[in-house]
Amino acid sequence: MKKALQWTVAALCALLAAALTVALLALPGAPVRLAAEVEAQLPASGVAHPVTAVLLNFRGYDTLLEVAVLLLALLGMLAAGAGPRALAVPPDPLLAVPPDPLLAGLARTLAPLMLLVAGYLLWAGAHRPGGAFQAGAVLAAAAVLLRLAGLLPAWARPGRRLRLAWAAGFALFLLAAAGGLAAGALLRYPPDWAGALILAIEAGLTFSLGLILAGLFLAGPEAPRGGGGA
Amino acid sequence: MSAFDLLLALALLLTAWRALASPELFRAVVLFIVFGLLMALAWARLAAPDIALAEAAIGAGLTGALLLDAVGHLRRGLRRKTPRRGP
Repeated sequence: MKKALQWTVAALCALLAAALTVALLALPGAPVRLAAEVEAQLPASGVAHPVTAVLLNFRGYDTLLEVAVLLLALLGMLAAGAGPRALAVPPDPLLAVPPDPLLAGLARTLAPLMLLVAGYLLWAGAHRPGGAFQAGAVLAAAAVLLRLAGLLPAWARPGRRLRLAWAAGFALFLLAAAGGLAAGALLRYPPDWAGALILAIEAGLTFSLGLILAGLFLAGPEAPRGGGGA
Repeated sequence: MSAFDLLLALALLLTAWRALASPELFRAVVLFIVFGLLMALAWARLAAPDIALAEAAIGAGLTGALLLDAVGHLRRGLRRKTPRRGP
């Protein structure tokens, strides 16, 4: 019975995949060559890398909302985790075990390098692959590594400073976007300042996104130290 | 299309299938991380380094860590109910 259900679901999934493939192949080609448009407008964007130009300038609205979604996800997690049910989980016996000294040493060596890589990715975003999201993910990975090595305490009760830091990147982006209203439209940067403005926004986003992504792992009443699968 | 690309596509399909079909959660998560890294490689082969970076950092790294965390929580829940069963 269960086997039959599984096969039915698999067959339906395959059917859906086939239908999607057919629909995708039947789509007409794009009426506008967007890549050429981006190339033509690149000098006015303030950055030299087309992907960053699209993400932070031409389609900045999408990125703004993406950051908002990430912030909301964290807020939702905090709101759901703060209830009495989550607090009822008994402490992890693994937490009493001191962490591996080798891991701690490695984390101590790697964390500054990861900070450096995050800074590089942020700076490189203006003219080659990189940018705020990637840099933020590296920052978050550094925080998670430090947590797993037992060098960083869990953020059991996020204080006001941490909350402000979580929201700062989005707030800065929103401020810059609203500043464009004076020039006529949301997110319209003055061309002379666009480069500096984008760098400032990306720096703020890197900082906040790193903390948000790390917060998904570290925040909450109880986070395991030994790694889930160990 | 080189033999490497063909191998990459096959490995992607295989890891995706194994990750979905594996009955053991920990193994499924590890396969998911492997899938993410192979996917990043595929994006790099498709000359999309931006997506490759994002996939490796967020798709494989961060999501993998979160899933491992979740598996740990689930296991601890199980162990609490049946104390004799070790990890």
